[in-house]
Amino acid sequence: MKVKLEQVNKSFPKGKTDSLHVLHDIDLQIEAGEFVSLLGPSGCGKSTILNLIAGLDSPTSGEVYVNDKKVKGPGTDRVVVFQQGGLFPWMNVMDNVTYGLLLKKMSKKEAEKKAMEGLRMVHLGNFALAFPHELSGGMQQRVAIARALVMDPDVLLMDEPFAALDEQTRLILHQELQEIWQKTGKTILFITHNIREALTLSERVLLMSTRPGAIKKSFRVQAARPRNPSDSVIVDLETRVMKELEEEMEKVLKEEFGDDYRLKTSAVRDRDRDYMGDHI
Amino acid sequence: MIVIVTIWEIISKTNLFPTFMFPPLLIPNDPGGVTVLSTLVNGLISGQILGATGMTLGRLLLGFSIAVILGLIFGYLIARYKWVDDTLGFFVTALQSIPSIVWFPLAIVWFGLGNVAILFIVTIGATWTMTVNASTGFKNVPNLYLNAARTLGSSGTHLVRTVILPASVPHIISGLRVAWAFAWRAIMAGELLGGNGGLGYLLDMGRSLQSMDLVLSIMIVIGIIGTIMDNQVFLRMERSVARKWGVGT
Repeated sequence: MKVKLEQVNKSFPKGKTDSLHVLHDIDLQIEAGEFVSLLGPSGCGKSTILNLIAGLDSPTSGEVYVNDKKVKGPGTDRVVVFQQGGLFPWMNVMDNVTYGLLLKKMSKKEAEKKAMEGLRMVHLGNFALAFPHELSGGMQQRVAIARALVMDPDVLLMDEPFAALDEQTRLILHQELQEIWQKTGKTILFITHNIREALTLSERVLLMSTRPGAIKKSFRVQAARPRNPSDSVIVDLETRVMKELEEEMEKVLKEEFGDDYRLKTSAVRDRDRDYMGDHI
Repeated sequence: MIVIVTIWEIISKTNLFPTFMFPPLLIPNDPGGVTVLSTLVNGLISGQILGATGMTLGRLLLGFSIAVILGLIFGYLIARYKWVDDTLGFFVTALQSIPSIVWFPLAIVWFGLGNVAILFIVTIGATWTMTVNASTGFKNVPNLYLNAARTLGSSGTHLVRTVILPASVPHIISGLRVAWAFAWRAIMAGELLGGNGGLGYLLDMGRSLQSMDLVLSIMIVIGIIGTIMDNQVFLRMERSVARKWGVGT
């Protein structure tokens, strides 16, 4: 078992005495080489789970294990690709990618060689000397993926890495990420709020419920790779996931707009009672 | 520029004021009389102004460097530890509002009238703004960069050196700029009062000799140095950062 969460709870202090219960009794297991997506509406705590595994945050109660070892802080066996990439704007692409390698006490030459391999894998071999701002959003995200891959982590954590990209770029990166995953066999935890993205990429989709966040349902995606969004398995799963997700959405919206809010109009409750059909 | 110079010359030539109070800039009022330009050139050639400039700049750079280092250290501590922010941070805001020349009487008593006293007020004049700017910079390092660096294995001084410092460079540069201006004001005031050589001392001498041509020459020198620093050093730093980071122009 690569990643294991046991009875994890997380609350954040809210105001002086109150606290916000974000995660409730999360049990989660990811096997080596598995590609798992965490799917849920915004604010359900999926990024919090990722931060707990990354060691950037610690659980209020419960345990997080990676490689059967308890997570105590950030470590290079779990590298994160953030939504905004998180490239350092004051370093060029090469320096960004070698950043972690040099910290591993690797020689500069070796690090640059490895970084070049990583950059080639994401098709950015010619941009080693460019600065992040000179690249498009998709290219920046590719660099971020390369930076994470060269670290050769046990687990690759991806926090909505393609959410800020345009649709075309995202589709291309979906293909590439699948290829990379098949080639490297990394364990990947992918966070997204996009159903189709989760279904196209992963082996297993974990659907989260909100407030407090919990894992509601698990779907296994047994479609052939490379995935095709119009594959009947995926289309069928999409409707099923959508149905589950709608309930969650309604719960969130009700909390935000009041109890009388409904996602769907109901013929029974919303009929205009004064209308008797007298115009006939 | 030309208009101002012309107006100045005309006023100087009208004999509204005696020549020593309103010396001409370029053309002498009477044959062989003084002009600001000639005093400036003579002063530069004889080394009087040049020497004083060197002396002032030396003190200024020393005081400024100390202030920058102190400012960075204080700024880091304030950003890093809440209790330092609550104590020193608050104190710094109060200290910042005190013009540095106010410290001078104290400095004279502590260090005697001389180099150290001047250095002290230069340092104290520039330290607080540097501290405030540095701490703002350090506090505003995006969490994203910190988290990214930490997951890649960075921590401690490596994190400070490779992420926290570079990420706050824009704030630090604007801090340097303001601190430099404060240091100039402080050193002029200090040298005017404290003597012991330097441009400020020369200014005071110009006043007591009633030679405003000397005073004006020094003002020109100060103006030129200020412009050079701002345009050639700080503006360049800002531009190069902006270009590298891809923000602004």
